[in-house]
Amino acid sequence: MENNVIIDLKNISVKLGDNQILENLSMYIRDKEFITLLGPSGCGKTTTLRIIGGFLEPDAGEIVFEDKVINGVPPHKRQVNTIFQRYALFPHLNVYENIAFGLRIKKLKEEEIRDTVKEMLALVNLSGFERRNINSLSGGQQQRVAIARALAVKPRVLLLDEPLGALDLKLRKDMQVELKNIQQRLGITFIYVTHDQEEALSMSDTVVVMDGGVIQQIGTPQDVYNEPKNAFVADFIGESNILDGKMLEDFKCSFSGAQFQCLDKGFGIGESVDVVVRPEDVDIVPVEKGILTGIVTSVTFKGVHFEIIVDIGGFKWMIQTTDYEPVGKKIGLDIEPDAIHIMKKSRYSGLYGDYSSFSDEIDHLSDIVEEE
Amino acid sequence: MKRKDSLAQRLCASPHIVWSALFIVVPLIMVVYYAFTDKTGAFTLDNISRLSDYTTTFLRSIWYGIIATIICLVIAYPVAYIIARSKARVQSTMIMLVMIPMWMNFLLRTYSWMTLLADNGVINNLLAKIGAGPLHMINTAGAVILGMVYNFLPYMILPIYTVMTKLDNSLIEAAQDLGANKARVFIDVVVPHSISGVVSGITMVFVPSVSTFYISQKLGGGSFALIGDIIEMQFQISNNFNFGAALSLVLMILILICMTVMNRFGDNDESKGGVMI
Repeated sequence: MENNVIIDLKNISVKLGDNQILENLSMYIRDKEFITLLGPSGCGKTTTLRIIGGFLEPDAGEIVFEDKVINGVPPHKRQVNTIFQRYALFPHLNVYENIAFGLRIKKLKEEEIRDTVKEMLALVNLSGFERRNINSLSGGQQQRVAIARALAVKPRVLLLDEPLGALDLKLRKDMQVELKNIQQRLGITFIYVTHDQEEALSMSDTVVVMDGGVIQQIGTPQDVYNEPKNAFVADFIGESNILDGKMLEDFKCSFSGAQFQCLDKGFGIGESVDVVVRPEDVDIVPVEKGILTGIVTSVTFKGVHFEIIVDIGGFKWMIQTTDYEPVGKKIGLDIEPDAIHIMKKSRYSGLYGDYSSFSDEIDHLSDIVEEE
Repeated sequence: MKRKDSLAQRLCASPHIVWSALFIVVPLIMVVYYAFTDKTGAFTLDNISRLSDYTTTFLRSIWYGIIATIICLVIAYPVAYIIARSKARVQSTMIMLVMIPMWMNFLLRTYSWMTLLADNGVINNLLAKIGAGPLHMINTAGAVILGMVYNFLPYMILPIYTVMTKLDNSLIEAAQDLGANKARVFIDVVVPHSISGVVSGITMVFVPSVSTFYISQKLGGGSFALIGDIIEMQFQISNNFNFGAALSLVLMILILICMTVMNRFGDNDESKGGVMI
């Protein structure tokens, strides 16, 4: 393990009643990295964060902070700070006093407090808001105060629990950029929890994809997008066509009744596998030139591209293309070797990947409702 | 159309206006009228000037009221905090226990304290059995204050408990997160949050304590007459409505002053303020 590991979670398990919230979870977090815990609601990401923050004790496993086991250390003695989902600003204190809260507990001198608060307000672009009442601020401003308050005590690690969930889309995008800037400027480790895959991909150095209290994959945003480990990761991150396939030999596979060149190797000859093809990686060609042929069943205009659903032998593919193809037309499809990603079969095989219904969109919606 | 609407609105609001006028404004005016007139209805300041005879009683009433309120607060605050922090089922049981005494008649409750505190009452009999006592408890200032605390304690617990339950747990976690230990969380988060409940509680205990007459009669034996007793005497025995009204008026003004001071104090920390009487 590398030297710059700041937090190491070892075999963490948490059970609430009969619910296994986290199951034998192990991961480490490097100093100064932006790491995101990504997954649907109930996947255990917030629980993991609360364990690091000290608000929840695991039933089993160790939490190591800079080579010291910190199980049982109360939150106020940990060098981590949290940005809460609903900000949790103190309503009886003004902006200044909220940010000064942690500094007063540290018993800093009044001038020092004043300087730090000023610096923090400048950092989050709220200079001049010192005397404002918390309740008079907009959601975005409250969010900034929460960030300033947590950063004022100079934490080693900042925990962020879906901090942008309550903001509207435009503001959320701006804050994503701002948070990333703050993280890079201050060189603090950020552990970020979200169910928004786009947010995770655009902000993180490392993404941890979780489901059912188990880590599905850890990697850079490119890794988890391009090389998903299983059907769950492939489906949860971005759009994907996930097909039942067979490995014929190294660099050669078959699915949808055709044979393809690919870049994957090391599977058994004839091994059943899951094949991922991203919608943007499918080329539409004339029927006679296509390796696969199918019939367009729906077209949706998305601005940058069209999203078309193509029925290929009963399996509905999603294809993103800039060329309009009318519904009912028979088209040919070609897939380059580097667009094909082969995964081992997992318990998620067969659950995702067909676009005969947009089930995953509905899942996302229910996520939000559950978390409210 | 517009006129009809406003007429309908006025009609709807009228019962409330009539009610307020009949039972709040008119009696207030009558109190003031009686306070400044004599038996024949002529204007006089005699009633007001006679008030100075009862300065001690006024001071005693307010003093006892303050003591009772402080004791209630000291008992009620931790109780309310503990109830609010316990599990939902425990909470409803405990709140039930706080409220059950309120279902019994106020006079009956006070009367039973007489039996308990009397020189040959239940407590002294028990003390005698273990070879201690007897303690003289009935007809003391302590007994009067005990009666006030016992009777008005739920009115302190309930408003404090109500604001405590509204405390967002994430605020406590945020304070811990920023380095606050349990004591600091309590002082910096829980206490400021509960101020509005405390202010309502104080109002709801102090006002009835200051103006009570039954408790002081039964548990004080007449030797610790409060202003309520004097007022009652004017109406029931002396039949001097005018002087009774003057006493009531002054009591009302004193309570108003106390409450204004209280509200100012509460306002400093909590802009929202509490439920006031």
